Amino acid sequence: MITQRSVEEGAAMEQGKTNPNYFVACSICEMNPEDMKKLGIWKNTNVRVTSECGTVIVKAIVPTQYCPPGLAHIRQGVWANQVVPPRTQSTGTPQYSGFPVTIEPAPNERIKTALELVQGAVGLWKGGN
Amino acid sequence: MVKTIKQVGCPYCGCSCDDIEVDVSDDETKILEVRNACIIGTNLFHHANDPTRPKLPRLRQPDGSMKEISYDEAVDWAAKALLKAKKPLIYGFGSTNCEGMSAIGRIAEKAGAVLDNCATICHGPSFLAIFDNGYPSCTLGEAKNRADVVVFWGCNPMHAHPRHTSRYSIFPRGYFTQKGQMQRTILNIDPRETDTAKLADVHLMVQQGHDYELFDAFRTVLRGHDIPDMVAGIPKETIQKSAEIMKKARFCMIFFGMGCTHSDGHNHNVDIAISLTRDLNTHTKASIMAMRGHYNIAGPGQVWSWQFGFPYCIDLSKGTHAHMNPGETSSVDLAMRDEVDCFVNIGADAGAHFPIQPVQHLKKHPFITIDPNFNMASEISDLHIPVRIAGVDEPGVVYRMDNVPIQFKAVIKGLPGVPSDEQVMDRIYERMCELTETKPVWLAAKEDRKYPESSAKVN
Repeated sequence: MITQRSVEEGAAMEQGKTNPNYFVACSICEMNPEDMKKLGIWKNTNVRVTSECGTVIVKAIVPTQYCPPGLAHIRQGVWANQVVPPRTQSTGTPQYSGFPVTIEPAPNERIKTALELVQGAVGLWKGGN
Repeated sequence: MVKTIKQVGCPYCGCSCDDIEVDVSDDETKILEVRNACIIGTNLFHHANDPTRPKLPRLRQPDGSMKEISYDEAVDWAAKALLKAKKPLIYGFGSTNCEGMSAIGRIAEKAGAVLDNCATICHGPSFLAIFDNGYPSCTLGEAKNRADVVVFWGCNPMHAHPRHTSRYSIFPRGYFTQKGQMQRTILNIDPRETDTAKLADVHLMVQQGHDYELFDAFRTVLRGHDIPDMVAGIPKETIQKSAEIMKKARFCMIFFGMGCTHSDGHNHNVDIAISLTRDLNTHTKASIMAMRGHYNIAGPGQVWSWQFGFPYCIDLSKGTHAHMNPGETSSVDLAMRDEVDCFVNIGADAGAHFPIQPVQHLKKHPFITIDPNFNMASEISDLHIPVRIAGVDEPGVVYRMDNVPIQFKAVIKGLPGVPSDEQVMDRIYERMCELTETKPVWLAAKEDRKYPESSAKVN
């Protein structure tokens, strides 16, 4: 799994992180179509991504920029950071790219909003959207 | 009548484009049109018009809601929280001007804080490599005017720095590169076929996390030795061909990004990239540059290096001198070890861009955000102090990714009553001095500029 920038993410972020465009731009996982087929995932359906330190529901899409089999990409931001391991190998920089994840179909799960994820993680989420 | 302001600096990415034109309303309160900027910069300027922008600080109440309070109350709350904490962490500064970065130095010293900036989760490993191995770099102007071979390693400027290729690296016509793109050969090393890779003459689709091996293979080939048939997923012939292109260049420019610093290897990837650049200089001219993310993220590196001798991860808790040791004094590690007892997030969004565990740890203690907009950090903060947007309604000095300082201007008037980062920090510092009954120490440059009454107290 890698998590990096995209112009869609940047453009939506500058409109505000509670803007619906930010949700659309960042709550996705770009996967190689072959991998999707192997895992029984339909494109544009939700998946559960689990790493050594967390889990997040995002929508699986065909990559906007080609990903080879075995590599998936969540655009940097709130959803990606639910699964990014905070270990830094003594450099101060977390492992934003190149960490193992399990991706499984979760078509009936709901994708949480950015605010729900972050406020929920620190016990401040009061419900609603 | 509409006013057009030319040569405006764009406060988004490390390109710090300074050719933006902005149309503003007659009373200079609204941005009407933005020209020359990329979509991200355009959105940023237009977002400043947002009528819901916060105008007053907000303090979290016992029931979890946020209540608006005055700036004086907010300054007092922040000063007391910083003084009470044994080891506060002050993080951010991707999106402030150098004046704000300088002002925070006084607060950090007074509070015995750890001072860190966004490089800690970004190009921090590049700093480590540069300390060890030097930085044979140049300015973007030189890249534009001289480079006929450009290497993008683990970076995707078409997405992260949208105008980089048109202003500096692929398309522009320079003094020795008058044919622009026709004259340049582009190499791209990336595990994905990114939109930058599509522009490249040769795309080496490296196996994710195997950058070090590939750099090493390039160095081996340049020194005339043989390499295995396949290195990091790239066939030997492709590596040899690419090394030959670099060697035959008149000026080879290597840009590297998060693909190197975020992946396995971290600083070692950058270290060997610098060694490769040095090796290339035995054959031709070569230079290397970090693709810094924010328009002024090179700023804290400069400002704090003058002030404290270190660019980031600066631990001032000893009270006598600064020390820096990423892995120990870096924000994410400090948070994970629960070593800090107050967190101040300035001009950045730790809530969205830190992995979630450190955020959970930091939230156990007072959490303060100083930022013009609502963001994830502000929405979990105990105190959110809104400020002006540097580069939009507040002028200031910024350092571009090649460490060239540029004076940014304000294009509109700031929201009434909303101070700049620098003013908020100076007020917090003054309040801390009042509470501890000590004299504020102002730099000579500040004496008659902003605080004549304070300068009288010194000496």
